[in-house]
Amino acid sequence: MAAYFIRRVFGAVLLLLVVSAVTFAIFFLVPRMAGQTMDQLAAQYVGKDANPDTVAAVKKNLGLDQPLYAQYWDFIRQIFVGADYKFGPDVQHCDAPCFGYSFKRHIEVWPEIVSRIPVTFSLAIGAAVIWLISGIATGVVSALKRGSFLDRFFMSVALAGVSLPIFFTGMLALGVLTVQWPIWSDGINYVPFTESPLDWAWNLLVPWCSLAFLYSALYARLTRAGMLETMSEDYIRTARAKGLKESRVVGKHGLRAALTPIVTIFGMDFGLLLGGAVITETVFSFQGMGKYAIKSVQDNDLPIVMGVTLTAAFFIVFCNLLVDLVYAAIDPRVRYS
Amino acid sequence: MSEVSKEQTVGTPAAAALGEPVPAQRSGTEDTFLSVRDLRIHFRTDDGLVKSVDGVSFDVKAGETLGIVGESGSGKSVTSLGVMGLHHAAPNARISGEVWLDGEELIGADPEHVRQLRGQKMAMIFQDPLSAMHPYYTVGAQIVEAYRVHNKVTRKVARARAIEMLDRVGIPEPGKRVDSYPHEFSGGMRQRAMIAMALVNNPQLLIADEPTTALDVTVQAQILDLIRDLQKEFGSAVIMITHDLGVVAEMADKLLVMYGGRCIERGTAEQVFYEPRHPYTWGLLGSMPRIDRDQTERLIPVKGSPPSLINVPDGCAFNPRCPYADIPKDNITRTTRPELTETGSGFGSGHFSACHMSQEERTRIWTEEIAPKL
Ligand SMILES: Nc1ncnc2c1ncn2[C@@H]1O[C@H](COP(=O)(O)OP(=O)(O)O)[C@@H](O)[C@H]1O
Ligand code: SF4
Ligand SMILES: [Mg+2]
Repeated sequence: MAAYFIRRVFGAVLLLLVVSAVTFAIFFLVPRMAGQTMDQLAAQYVGKDANPDTVAAVKKNLGLDQPLYAQYWDFIRQIFVGADYKFGPDVQHCDAPCFGYSFKRHIEVWPEIVSRIPVTFSLAIGAAVIWLISGIATGVVSALKRGSFLDRFFMSVALAGVSLPIFFTGMLALGVLTVQWPIWSDGINYVPFTESPLDWAWNLLVPWCSLAFLYSALYARLTRAGMLETMSEDYIRTARAKGLKESRVVGKHGLRAALTPIVTIFGMDFGLLLGGAVITETVFSFQGMGKYAIKSVQDNDLPIVMGVTLTAAFFIVFCNLLVDLVYAAIDPRVRYS
Repeated sequence: MSEVSKEQTVGTPAAAALGEPVPAQRSGTEDTFLSVRDLRIHFRTDDGLVKSVDGVSFDVKAGETLGIVGESGSGKSVTSLGVMGLHHAAPNARISGEVWLDGEELIGADPEHVRQLRGQKMAMIFQDPLSAMHPYYTVGAQIVEAYRVHNKVTRKVARARAIEMLDRVGIPEPGKRVDSYPHEFSGGMRQRAMIAMALVNNPQLLIADEPTTALDVTVQAQILDLIRDLQKEFGSAVIMITHDLGVVAEMADKLLVMYGGRCIERGTAEQVFYEPRHPYTWGLLGSMPRIDRDQTERLIPVKGSPPSLINVPDGCAFNPRCPYADIPKDNITRTTRPELTETGSGFGSGHFSACHMSQEERTRIWTEEIAPKL
């Protein structure tokens, strides 16, 4: 188990290094290969109307005059030890973890990202709780009552859920619940948990449900398929032959095995959402990571795009690591292979 | 006969009326532990009604072993699961007939009551012990669970019982292996653990559905020995299901040969082995591996493929594969289904077979053409 754990953590770290290298390459190597000069590249970091002095400073600060490996090394190093950005006599210190500096807005990237995390996490965690409960419950009922009216009803709703894009359901919910029947009469605005847990939950309820609707539908279908498969396994027949109650056969023997693939997919979905629920955040005007990433792309603010990309990648890798560990806890065969 | 009238036979003493000979009393004499009468298990599927078991009757006494033999798909597993009451959950299953266990009829009984008998009075072991055990739970936990469903004891007591059972079935270091997972066991060990799990509540009936088919030849013999020993020790009734006559040759007291969901021959082991009276049984005997004969010398095993259980044609189900189908007069094998009838036998009464050929003809073919080649 310990060996498995170490192997997985090591693998995750390696994966992060690869991701960082690829991200670095996209931002620094590809433009160079496409024939951009270092001055042109540096100019992108400050905007079109920048004066040559600033461009030169940016070029120096980013180390664009250095060989690529040195640039990459600096890029990694500053995450751990921070960096100093010099503009003539001014020195702008970027504390570790330093994920770069926006020359356009003169701000450090990391604090910006950190300030968006609570919104994104609130959205992702709440929605995940809702979709796990509702998706798995309906999936199990559908599988056990296969072919019944209830099964058909759930699966029709699920089909709608996976087919309707979230900007449609989200916009619809927003319009109906704030204008048509203004239950949320003041609109829906993010309130930090620390300010008022009640308002936090109240305002998040509609975004949670909009986001969870899509995922519930996916998870209901997955659970149903998984349950149908496991309930026809030999060990289910054995459990029944032992004289176990059907509820125990389903819960302890069937569901546990059916959940294994769901854990994997959940890890990926959840990790992705921790990097920002772009559409949901946009529909409800929540200042989360996803919306921030979109805005930075629009502004062509490369250091922020890069920071958000790396952060999102980190969450995905981290969640997948957790999945591997949970997986080992669920399925003993994994630990030994 | 229509589907409706078959369904109406549920719980009625209709066995005799259906032309099925009744070899013993319905609820059995004192020592008849299991009595199955005219069991029919049909499944509705998209392709049509699958008549997996279509009128099977047999008795098993305490301490006795009944071998059920037939090629794959002949309805052996469905029969045994039917006895265990495990088809009731299937929404597409239609079950009729009678299953008397220790004087109680189970087909019409309350499913909750049958559940309580499962694992306690009657237990079952399966073909592939790897897939039959839950991969996520330790062997011990699965035995403990089987024990605690039927006994109000603490986990600790149940665990001690599990270790005792593992020891009894010959698993070395049972105190340690109790915490192993099924995938950490070898095939033979897993089947031993399955047997321990099945016997943990001292069931009076043990059904073994091809318990050695998935195992190596050397391990096969060990498992069969173990089952035989345990049966002697506990005096339970055993149903040994197999597609290989060799498996039951040494241990069965009685044999039932199934073909296409029906019983085509039934009798004591001596009767069926030494005086078989059905061409399909001859084929099975011919395909039995024998060490004292050269492979090429042996009879060719039953040619052709098993019959469809959907839209079963009229006549004898074996006729497309039967080398003697033209012997009975008036093409009767293709129009009328032969009933099980008692066969004259040098080994006493109770020998039944279903074939249109006359007794004399079959005796002649067996003694002159088949037996010398076996
Ligand atoms: N639940 C089911 N639904 C439909 N057909 C079934 C079902 N269970 C078994 N059958 C069919 O019944 C026939 C007999 O199966 P089985 O008893 O498993 O044969 P075997 O003699 O090899 O054990 C097979 O053709 C199988 O396809
Ligand atoms: S009834 Fe006819 S086809 Fe069937 S086993 Fe006898 S001889 Fe063969
Ligand atoms: Mg079978």
